[in-house]
Amino acid sequence: MSAPESEIEGRLAENILYFARLLRSAGLPVGPGKVLDAITAVRLIGVGTQSDFYICLFSLFVNRNDQRELFEQAFHIFWRNPHFMERMMSAMLPTIRLEQEAELEEMSRRITEALATGDEKSRADTELDKVEFDAAFTYSQREVLQEKDFEQMSAAEIAEAKRAIASLRLPIIEVPTRRFRRSAQGKQVDMRATLRAVLRSGDGIPLRFKKPRRRHPPLVILCDISGSMSRYSRMFLHFMHAITNDRDRVHGFVFGTRLTNITRHLRHRDIDVAVEKAADAVQDWDGGTRIGECLKQFNTIWSRRVLGQGAITLIISDGLDRDEAKGLEKEMERLSKSTRRLIWLNPLLRYEGFEPKATGIRAMLPYVSDFKSVHNLNSLTALTEVLSRP
Amino acid sequence: MSAQASNLPISIEATLELLSRGSYVAGRSLATTLFLALKMGRPLFLEGEAGVGKTEIAKVLSAALGRRLIRLQCYEGLDVASAVYEWNYARQMIEIRLAEAAGNIDRKGLADDVFSSEFLIERPLLQALRSDDAGPPVLLIDELDRTDEPFEAYLLEILSDFQITIPEIGTIKADAPPIVIITSNRTREIHDALKRRCLYHWVDYPNAERELQIVAAKLPGINKQLSQQVVAFVQRLRDEDLFKLPGVAETLDWADALTQLDRVSLDGDAIDNTLGALLKYQDDIAKIRGSEAARLLEQVKMELSGHGSVGG
Repeated sequence: MSAPESEIEGRLAENILYFARLLRSAGLPVGPGKVLDAITAVRLIGVGTQSDFYICLFSLFVNRNDQRELFEQAFHIFWRNPHFMERMMSAMLPTIRLEQEAELEEMSRRITEALATGDEKSRADTELDKVEFDAAFTYSQREVLQEKDFEQMSAAEIAEAKRAIASLRLPIIEVPTRRFRRSAQGKQVDMRATLRAVLRSGDGIPLRFKKPRRRHPPLVILCDISGSMSRYSRMFLHFMHAITNDRDRVHGFVFGTRLTNITRHLRHRDIDVAVEKAADAVQDWDGGTRIGECLKQFNTIWSRRVLGQGAITLIISDGLDRDEAKGLEKEMERLSKSTRRLIWLNPLLRYEGFEPKATGIRAMLPYVSDFKSVHNLNSLTALTEVLSRP
Repeated sequence: MSAQASNLPISIEATLELLSRGSYVAGRSLATTLFLALKMGRPLFLEGEAGVGKTEIAKVLSAALGRRLIRLQCYEGLDVASAVYEWNYARQMIEIRLAEAAGNIDRKGLADDVFSSEFLIERPLLQALRSDDAGPPVLLIDELDRTDEPFEAYLLEILSDFQITIPEIGTIKADAPPIVIITSNRTREIHDALKRRCLYHWVDYPNAERELQIVAAKLPGINKQLSQQVVAFVQRLRDEDLFKLPGVAETLDWADALTQLDRVSLDGDAIDNTLGALLKYQDDIAKIRGSEAARLLEQVKMELSGHGSVGG
C-alpha cells in the first residue's frame, strides 16, 4: 500500500476495462456503460475480499444464468493472476505464445479465442503486422465462408462457422395436434365459447369457432462421429447443440462403433460445456463405423422411446461402413417405418458425380425420404427448406 | 376415516398378501414401493415394457381394498374436456331456450344457472376427487407417455394439491387424496418434475419361479408340465436378440392357447403354430420359428429334467 491510492484505483479501473473487453469478445453483452458502472461499484464496496469483488462484477456483467460459466472462467483466469492479461497483451510473437499454450489448455475455448482476439488487437496497435493473422472477418470473407467446405476451413474459419451455426434456426413443418384454440377461421364450433356468447348477446346463437393447434414434431438426430467424418463431426455437434437449445423435443445421438445418447449433455446452454460433456460421454470418437449395429441399437433401445408423436429423423453420416453394411438394410427399413420422415445428410454428396457405390450407401438409400448434401454453411441453411416440407 | 385407513396394508408383508389375494404375484421390491406409496400418500409411477402387469396392479389394488377404480386412458391430444370436466352444452342450450320461451330475460341469473354443477359432466380426474363410503378411489392414469407435455404439466398441478379449479364454480378439493397409480410404456421420457413427485418402480420381467407362480395363479387348471415348459421357454426367449421380448401377458396368452389346443407338453410343431401368441413382429417370428425353436426346446427339456433329478 505504498503507492498512492489514486494510482491503485487507476490500475484497477484499467484492469476492469481489460476484463470487460475480454468478456465482450467472449460474447457477453458488456457495454461501456456497464464498465463505468463496474468501476463505480468497485469503488463503493472498496477493494475487499475476492468474493465481494466477484459478486460485484458478476451482478453487473452477467444477466443470464447461462453466461455464468463463461464469466466464472474468465474471472478466475483474469484476476487470479492480475499480470496474466498483460503478459497476454505483450505475448505477440508466436514463440512466446507457444510457451503459454499449456497454460491455456484448461481454459474454455471461447475465452481462449477472446484472449487471442485481444492479443491481435494489441499487435495491430504496435504495428507488428508482419505476423500473419486470420481471425478477423470482413463481410466478403463471410460470403466465401458460406461456400467453403468444412473440411478445408482453417481454425479461425471453423470458429466463425460455429458462430454462424449457433444462430441457425430450423423452421420444421408444424403438424396439427388434437388440441384446439379459438379461431374465427376455424371449421369446428367451439361450444364453450358459443354458449358464453349466447348468454352475452341474448339474441340468436352467435357461433364461435376453433381450429387445431399446430406444433412441430419431435426431431431425432443421429450423427456419425467415426474417423471418416472427423472433420465434420465437431461442427455437427455445434449444429445439434444449436437446435437442441432452440426448440423442445429434440433428441441427439452420436455413433461410431456404438450408439450414445447425448441429449442431456446438449441441453447445457453453454456450447463449450455441452460439447465437453458430450465428448466425455462418447467413447468412440474418430474410430470405425458400424452403422448397421448402431441403428440396431437405436431401433431396439431408443426408437420406441423417442420416435413417438410423428418424429422426424435426421441421419448425418457418410455411409461408409466398416461392417460391409451387415444388417444395415433391415435396420434402415425398420427405422424408416417408425419415423414420419427419414432425412439423410451426407457430406460426401458435395463431390460432383458422386455415385453411391459403397455397399453401406446403397443399403441405406432406398429407405430415406430425402438425401441431402451437408458440407458447408449454405447446405445447412438449405436444410431449412427440406424440413419445412410436409 | 379411521376405518378407511385401517383398510390399507400396515406392512410390506401385508401388501404382498393383499396383492396375492387379487392373484397378483409381486416381487418384494414392488410391494415395498407400493406400501410406501400408500403410506406416504404419494403417486406410484410404474414404468416397464408392455405386458408386464403395470395396469393390473391398479385393478388388483382397487378390488382388494374395495375401492372404486377410476381409469384415465391417456392418448395424444387428451385435454381438459375429456380428462377433467366438460359442460353439458346440449342441456345448457335447452335450458336457455326454455328460459327464453318462459320470458325470462335475466341473463346474469341464467348464466349462474347453466354454469352450475348440475350441468357439469365430471371426467376421471374430477371424479377421483370424490370419496365414497369405501374411501377415496384408486386413480389409474394409464400410459401417460401417450399424452403430450402440456397435459403432463396440468397433471403436476393436480397431483400436488389434489384440487381442481373450475372458473365458473370455484375450487373443488379432495376430502382425502385418491390412491394414484401412473403407468408408462416409455414411448417417451416423462418429465423429471412429474417423476419427482412420485415413487418410481421399474416393472421388470419376472424370473422363472415367479412367472410360474403367475401362470398358476392366472390359469388354475393348467397342466403342470406344460406350464413349466412354457415358462422355461419364454425365459430363454427373453435372452434372445429379439425386437420385442414377450411379456407376462404373452406368456399367459400362449399357455392358454396351448391349453385350448389340448397340449400337455411342448413340441416343435405346437410352438411353430402358436408362436403368434408370443411374438408380435414378423422378423422375430421368422428368426425363432423352426430350428431355433427346436434348439431352445431342447435346452428347456434338458434344464427341466436336470431340475427333476435334483428335486426328486
